[in-house]
Amino acid sequence: MAEYQNIFTSVQIRGEPDLGVPLSPPDSPRESEAFFDYWVGKFGNAQIGPIYLGWSGLSSVLFAFIAIEIIGLNMWASVNWDPVEFIRQLPWLALEPPSAEHGFTAFPPLNEGGWWVIAGFFLTASILLWWVRMYRRARALGMGTHVAWAFASAIWLYLVMGFFRPLLMGSWSEAVPFGIFPHLDWTAALSIRYGNLYYNPFHCLSIVFLYGSVLLFAMHGATVLAVSRFGGEREIEQVIDRGTASERAALFWRWTMGFNATMESIHRWAWWFAVLCPFTGGIGILLTGTVVDNWYLWAVDHGVAPAYPQVFPGTADPGLGGVAQ
Amino acid sequence: MRIGFLLVVVLGVVAVAAGTLGTLLSEWDAPPLEATQTGFRGLAMEQVSNPRTDAKMDALNQAPEPIYELEGDDDTKAWQVYENVPVLGHISQEAFDRLMAAITEWVAPEEEGCLYCHNEENLASDEVYTKGVARRMLQMTWHINRNWDNHVGATGVTCYTCHRGEPVPSEVWHENPGPPQARGMAASRAGQNLGSASVGVTSLPYDPFSSMLAGDAEIRVIPETALPVSIEIGTKQTEVTYGLMMHFSTALGVNCTTCHNSRSFFAWDQSPPQRTTAWHGIRMVREVNNRYIEPLHTVFPPERLGPLGDTLKTNCATCHHGQPKPLGGAPMVADYPSLRGPAQDPEMQPEEEPEAQ
Repeated sequence: MAEYQNIFTSVQIRGEPDLGVPLSPPDSPRESEAFFDYWVGKFGNAQIGPIYLGWSGLSSVLFAFIAIEIIGLNMWASVNWDPVEFIRQLPWLALEPPSAEHGFTAFPPLNEGGWWVIAGFFLTASILLWWVRMYRRARALGMGTHVAWAFASAIWLYLVMGFFRPLLMGSWSEAVPFGIFPHLDWTAALSIRYGNLYYNPFHCLSIVFLYGSVLLFAMHGATVLAVSRFGGEREIEQVIDRGTASERAALFWRWTMGFNATMESIHRWAWWFAVLCPFTGGIGILLTGTVVDNWYLWAVDHGVAPAYPQVFPGTADPGLGGVAQ
Repeated sequence: MRIGFLLVVVLGVVAVAAGTLGTLLSEWDAPPLEATQTGFRGLAMEQVSNPRTDAKMDALNQAPEPIYELEGDDDTKAWQVYENVPVLGHISQEAFDRLMAAITEWVAPEEEGCLYCHNEENLASDEVYTKGVARRMLQMTWHINRNWDNHVGATGVTCYTCHRGEPVPSEVWHENPGPPQARGMAASRAGQNLGSASVGVTSLPYDPFSSMLAGDAEIRVIPETALPVSIEIGTKQTEVTYGLMMHFSTALGVNCTTCHNSRSFFAWDQSPPQRTTAWHGIRMVREVNNRYIEPLHTVFPPERLGPLGDTLKTNCATCHHGQPKPLGGAPMVADYPSLRGPAQDPEMQPEEEPEAQ
């Protein structure tokens, strides 16, 4: 009875690997045999393969390799090719975008951001090609293209931060560095510079959809696991052929929440929440610095930021006493 | 082959994770921590502190007792007794003797004692360079105690505030080119992206001091209008300011909200009063570095200079040593009135308005 309360998948099917639907020309046949891996099966489907890369997949992987190679080698160069320092400092290392004096030029000097532009080009090409692959593979299987469009929403945010906003600001220097901690420090610095992104309404929306996605995911996953003993994991069937699993899950949420999604609509809820998170976030970033320079002051002007009782004695700007600082 | 590949991936991840954790853990505090509300409720205006670290810091930062009390009944001035005392000649011989003993304890290495600054054969001789430095540092101390009360208040500073028994204060900085990096076509590190202690083990620019605590580069980055007017200051420059602020935070053992309102870092009308004290502190440090310390770079031997030939200069940590108030706020200068300086001395008049800011 407790099998669905395990964090690991407890059912693994073994048999002839599923090789998928036949592909029609111009698609080449899928490569290699499929095999099963017990440990992979703990987390997902135990079957690996058959692999299909095709021209979009191959070129995407190649471009991603080039981008990561450029980023990694420049990071390594920044610690003077010291392998120990490279490993130790890896989370702090970065490839920085060009500085402000280079504006939005296509070819800044290599050592002053040129590599960043080149890496960005290859990474973007790789991501767009991977999008093409997602779209075409879905089509090849006769599926809808929902996944590709959801991915497109994330690509929108990526392009806003690395291309559209720098373009509108006229400077690559406003783009994100490639690096683990550096891009996080950049995020905090961007918020500070533009007067606290907390007051950016599109940032608010993005966070609503982010946390909302997490909540929906938890609710849905928990619900389906909880009714899987009644066959609730056969979600698609239950969309039109409501069974006791579906009914119990629905009643549970009406009891606890007063309202329930359906076996169909919960997936639309989840898809829209996930898609709207980077979509609204991208709008918020695109407006930052181009249309609004200080989100806190913008929020005060538009009645968004409330005034609170003054607790501190009220400090005057000491810089106003003399020459402008 | 699959096993080998897996092994390489796992080892790589473990190595990076261990390196990162090792560096970060030293900066982290284990719970429980104490949070004290400082502003209006619900605005995250609070000071988070670790009582265990605080106790350790208090123990490490005790102001020493005066080495002995002055009798105060002999009015003989130092210049009447000693030769070549142009700076301290005006104080009593008794105060002079005690101050020399105190400086020996506060600054000179134990094995050298008086000889760290003086020629054994002739104490009046100026041949040891440290003596000249000490004179200038005394004038600096006077200047701070007289003219920077908006930062040091009545607490004041003594030699010990920075030196703590060391000939070179432990918390100093110099222009920092960082560790070597590949040149030529390789991307420049642009002075950032190393886990640097100077900026709280972040990837922020690791030398915000040269431009902002020796130079007078603009620290303010947040525009005062809602809509864009100019975009001269970008996100990259903000990272330098952010780095300097990380230094403030670590040097004083405080949070951002000690000086800033969390909702609006720039708005003065909502800032805690500590921000004004810190603002004057920045100007004080700039003046100390430019007027008193950097001009001595011709006097110092090479081993007392940074790799780029500049002097070892001050920042917040030089005095604060991780505490909101240096030496826990002990008013040490009260025991050494001679460090407040003479009533009339040309050095006491500000030469110019402290760097109009």
